[in-house]
Amino acid sequence: MSKEIQVKKMTDIIAAFVGYTGIHLPDDVLAKLTELRSKEDSPMAGLIYDTMFRNIELAKELDRPSCQDTGVLQFWVKCGTGFPLINELEALLKEAVLQATSETPLRHNAVETFDEYNTGNNVGKGIPTVWWDIVPNWDGCEVYTYMAGGGCMLPGHAMVLMPGEGYEGVTRFVMDRMTSYGLNACPPLLVGVGVATSVETAAMLSKKALMRPIGSHNENERAARMEKLLEDGINAIGLGPQGMGGKYSVMGVHIENTARHPSTIGVAVNVGCWSLRRGHIMFDKDLNFKVASHTGFTM
Amino acid sequence: MLEIKDSKKILTTPISAEDLKDIHTGDIIYISGSLTTCRDDVHRRVVEEGLTIPIDIRDKAIFHAGPIIRTLGEDHYEVVSVGPTTSMRMEKFEYEFVKETGVRVLVGKGGMKENTVRACQEFGCIHCVIPAGNAVVAAICVEEVVDAQWLDLGMPEALWSCRVKEFGPLIVSIDTHGSNYFEEKKIEYNKRKEEEIAKINKEVGFIK
Ligand code: SF4
Repeated sequence: MSKEIQVKKMTDIIAAFVGYTGIHLPDDVLAKLTELRSKEDSPMAGLIYDTMFRNIELAKELDRPSCQDTGVLQFWVKCGTGFPLINELEALLKEAVLQATSETPLRHNAVETFDEYNTGNNVGKGIPTVWWDIVPNWDGCEVYTYMAGGGCMLPGHAMVLMPGEGYEGVTRFVMDRMTSYGLNACPPLLVGVGVATSVETAAMLSKKALMRPIGSHNENERAARMEKLLEDGINAIGLGPQGMGGKYSVMGVHIENTARHPSTIGVAVNVGCWSLRRGHIMFDKDLNFKVASHTGFTM
Repeated sequence: MLEIKDSKKILTTPISAEDLKDIHTGDIIYISGSLTTCRDDVHRRVVEEGLTIPIDIRDKAIFHAGPIIRTLGEDHYEVVSVGPTTSMRMEKFEYEFVKETGVRVLVGKGGMKENTVRACQEFGCIHCVIPAGNAVVAAICVEEVVDAQWLDLGMPEALWSCRVKEFGPLIVSIDTHGSNYFEEKKIEYNKRKEEEIAKINKEVGFIK
């Protein structure tokens, strides 16, 4: 395959996959929503879940984006240094977004800051967002795709606590966000929490936490325990679907962490809405791909 | 007009203040008839600039939403996808807006506050939410786009007047009797939040 053909092939796959994720929710999200739906017993929560599942079916049937806010496209790539398209990757991701925007169609969600105009094609300066993790001595590439909707970006928050505030401070930081903004972000939510040293390290981790499959746990025992405590605590607040009341508020709480400076605890929270449009696709050096997030996707 | 069909409460435009009397927060209703999208810029034009809204919404319904519209021909449009936007952004305009326009039903996402509660009580109006993220369910309730005005505001902000059939489900969040579902819920949520924080904090004293 010539470079040009390879680039076109990967662009087409990513474009089709991004479009697909706007219409079909990932397997883990569907399974979790099905579980939460069966555990709610109030008629209002039941009706809201019925509407959500009807929408999931209709989106599939009519091949239309399930939510009108198809978000800003964000990619987290784990790219091997030996991946043949490493040099072309960032440009081809942008091209793939342009393609998906006209084909699916996706909403035009890129507004240039300061000049304040909508670019009209869903890409702009730094949009799509691409975060790189370089993997030495590997020739494959993994791509996480994410549609960041307006409503579910709003609760996002990061700050640096003093160690005296402790993990108790982390708890309050997360919990306060749930009742102030979380309830308008279309619960049940997936909550990502970063615990690190400065604002940006914590913030980045809180986003990466959303990429973890629902049901996975932090490998540190205490962190995993805190995930469970926060999950139970936020559920007990009783936000329910759409924040209108119910037994469950979240699909899960994921914490990602690093070491910290002795004088700081960087903490951040990021939420995904029930319509969690994230995808995970993996390429080998010959551009054979496997999709980890959605069973139904084919080219 | 309010009718009950297969145990569904359906409000059909034109709607009178009388029709809203027996509707309470937490009720589930549907709307048939005229529903027009009205969001930030339309509210600002009507309330701040004093312009007359070019589509008559008296005794009808508005939707805080910016749709994806497909143009099918001259003055001929289709709603591809539509869903609610956060109603709270319209809060500061809503009292004057309801007073000025005579609208009876506001549909959006999340709660609103005292201005809207006051408007609903004084002028006979309700605020409802439609479960968000369900753009396809909402779009297929739209039978026809009957009028489009203020297109200079751009696709999301323009007035799209739709004929809808059993548009919903809508959950009443502010009624004509002064009740506000979300504000009442928030008190509950905040109380439970404090209890849960106290519980969690007993177990996370990791810094010794
Ligand atoms: S929060 Fe999510 S589901 Fe709700 S409107 Fe925004 S993108 Fe759609």
